[in-house]
Amino acid sequence: MSFHLILFLAFGAVCVGGAVNLLAQRHPINSALSLIAVMAALAGEYLLLGAEFVAAVQVIVYAGAIMVLFVFVIMLLNAGEEEETKGSRIAILIGVPGMLIASVLMAWVVLRRSGTESVEIGALPGPPTDIAQLLFHNFLLPFEVTSVLILIAIMGAVVLASKPESRSGKVD
Amino acid sequence: MVPLSYYLLLSGFLFACGVVGFLIKRNIITIFMSIELMLNGVNLSFVAFAAHWHALSGQVFVFFVMVVAAAEAAVGLAIIISVYRTRETLNVDQVNLLKL
Repeated sequence: MSFHLILFLAFGAVCVGGAVNLLAQRHPINSALSLIAVMAALAGEYLLLGAEFVAAVQVIVYAGAIMVLFVFVIMLLNAGEEEETKGSRIAILIGVPGMLIASVLMAWVVLRRSGTESVEIGALPGPPTDIAQLLFHNFLLPFEVTSVLILIAIMGAVVLASKPESRSGKVD
Repeated sequence: MVPLSYYLLLSGFLFACGVVGFLIKRNIITIFMSIELMLNGVNLSFVAFAAHWHALSGQVFVFFVMVVAAAEAAVGLAIIISVYRTRETLNVDQVNLLKL
């Protein structure tokens, strides 16, 4: 067993454990912390694939910014443990077997169709300069469009999260 | 050397966990986190295919997915806050009317 495969399995185990823990926990803050573990382990997987830039962005943007937003909202709203309802029990009865069937089918198809082609470590020279070359040449228009999207999202978040009275006051 | 299919299996498992969380969770914030988990699973398969085909465009696309996820998180959490203000609950079973 190569060192690369051992690292893959270690990060993969953290990913799988975190994802299952996200489903098992009842309190949202525990789910959020396990999601942070999943994202950090995924950054390790990206490093194994030679994608350093993506790994760094994953830690900074996902595990940093987005999850801080989540934890902040959980604490702001004082979210407690979720209570079981009739709907959630039916969803567990249908959802968990459905997921197992889907996973087994997917594993069967993937393992059967793709043979032994391997991804070598460092096979992809993906330094940030090459990514920047693509991002600011070939994908310049999508890049600029996403900046407009972010601007719209900022304005939408400010409008939605502002107090209803102050919002109606501005309209009048 | 790790086969490409292992990465695809991991990404598929993460996506499936996200779908199950979306279905069985009743807390609106946890449902939102399940969506992020699905996006992460898809990102992993993007990077794995990018490494496999020696095409950097896959990594650039992951960047765009992250931008969309950030925008979605900002707007979605703002919506959650305004829903909580009007209804005083985070349980999606009790949020069944568009207008109070």
